[in-house]
Amino acid sequence: MREVNVKRLTDCVKEMCIEATHCLTPDMCEALHRAAGAEESETGRQILCQLLENLQIAKENHVPICQDTGMAVVFLEIGQDVHLVGGDLTQAVNEGVRQGYVEGYLRKSVVDDPLLRKNTGDNTPAVIHTEIVPGETVHITVAPKGFGSENKSRLFMLTPADGTQGVKQAILTAVKEAGPNACPPLVVGVGLGGTVEQCALLAKKALLRKVGQSSSLAHIKALEEETLEAINATGIGPGGLGGRITALAVHINTYPTHIAGLPVAVNICCHVNRHVEREV
Amino acid sequence: MADTKVIHIPFDKETAESLKAGDCVLLSGTVYTARDAAHKRMAETIQKGHPLPFDLTNNVIYYMGPSPAAPGRIIGSAGPTTAGRMDSYTPDLLNRGLIGMIGKGRRSEAVKQSMIQNKAVYFTAVGGAGALLCERIKECRVMAYEDLGPEAIYQLKVENFPAIVVMDCHGNDLYQTAGQRYKIDCEG
Repeated sequence: MREVNVKRLTDCVKEMCIEATHCLTPDMCEALHRAAGAEESETGRQILCQLLENLQIAKENHVPICQDTGMAVVFLEIGQDVHLVGGDLTQAVNEGVRQGYVEGYLRKSVVDDPLLRKNTGDNTPAVIHTEIVPGETVHITVAPKGFGSENKSRLFMLTPADGTQGVKQAILTAVKEAGPNACPPLVVGVGLGGTVEQCALLAKKALLRKVGQSSSLAHIKALEEETLEAINATGIGPGGLGGRITALAVHINTYPTHIAGLPVAVNICCHVNRHVEREV
Repeated sequence: MADTKVIHIPFDKETAESLKAGDCVLLSGTVYTARDAAHKRMAETIQKGHPLPFDLTNNVIYYMGPSPAAPGRIIGSAGPTTAGRMDSYTPDLLNRGLIGMIGKGRRSEAVKQSMIQNKAVYFTAVGGAGALLCERIKECRVMAYEDLGPEAIYQLKVENFPAIVVMDCHGNDLYQTAGQRYKIDCEG
C-alpha cells in the first residue's frame, strides 16, 4: 500500500491544464507538418502553415493555442494498492482545474446548469473518469476539450446487420456534418461496441492515442485506414475550404457488445487535439 | 491564393458588393465581439425596444470569446467560434444594419438570403489559430454585458486581420464550392 496525497494531484492537474492548452504533443505537431507537406490545395496549405505558425506563437508568447481552452476532461487510473490521503479526490482534481484556469489565464467556458447557463467562473467542474487498475501509482491524463468539435460528435445505435460498411458510413456522416464547423484537419475518435455510455467513453479515449497509431487488431486497423481515406476523399480540407487533408487520423477503440447491437460513437476533435499525461 | 484586399471596418454596401467568396482580405478597424449569450441578450434588448450597446450600421461582429489577457498583453487567444449557433439571431441584426460577420463554419439558408437582401458579407478566420490572430488585435475594451465574462461584448481594434470571404452578398458560398475540386467519388 502506497500513500498518495491528493494535494499532489491538485498540483499536477493545475500544471497539466496549462501545459495542454499551450503546447501540443510532438506527434500532433509532426502530423500537422506532414499534412502541410502533403496538402494539394494552395488555400489548404496556407491554412496548415498558419496553424503551424500559431503553435509556434502560442509557445513563444505563452498564449493558449486556441481561445477555447475547453472543458477539462480528467482521466485517473488509480492503482489498487494506492491509498489516497489528504482530502476528497474529486475536490482535489477540481481545485487543480480551478487553479490552472485562473492562474494560467485560460478561458472559463463552463456553465453551472445546461439550461440556466451561468458561468461558474473557474471552469469547474471537470469531467472526471476514474478507473481502478493494478499497481501503486496514479496515472493522470488531462484532455481539455473544445466544443466546436465536441458539438459535432455523434452516437449511432446500429444493428449487427449494418456491419463494417455501416460503421464506416456512420463515421463519414458525422464528419460530413461536422465539415468546416469542427476546425479540420480533424482527429476522429471512434468507440465501437459496449453500451451507450461505454461506447462514448471509448471514443473519447481513442483521441488520447498517439495520432496515427493504429489499432492492434488487424480488421480494426484496416477499417481505420479505409475510413481515413474516405474522409480525405470528401474534399472538405483544412478549415473546410477544400483540400485533401480533412482528417489526420481515425482511431477506433472496441469493446464487446450485446448480440442485438452495434453502437458507434464518433468523438470529433479539431486539430488542437490536446492531452498530457503524468504518473504520480 | 488570389491577391489580398485591404478592407477598412466599418464599410459600406458598395464595398460589400465588391467582395466575392474566395477573396482573401486583411481587415482593419473596429469590430465587436458577440457569441451565444450576448446574442441572446441583444435579442431581448431589441424585444424590449431598448437601444443596443453599439450601432450595428455598417459594423462587423466577430463571433469570438477570448481567453483572458495575461499581464502585459492586450488580449488572450482570440480565434473565431462556430457562427452557425448565432444563425437564428442573425437576420434581424442584418436587417438593422449589420454588414459583416467573422466566424467559422456553415450558415443557414435564412442567413444567406438575408445577406443577399441586406448586402452583407461573412468572413472566416482560421479556426484554432487564436494565438496568431490575437497578434492582430491592437486594442480591446469591454463594451457591454461584462457579467458574461468571455461572452461579453468587446470592442476590438484590429489591424491587418487575415480573413477569407466565405459567403458574399451575391449568394456564393465557398464552403459549398471549394471542396468539390478535391472530392473523390470512392464511397460505396
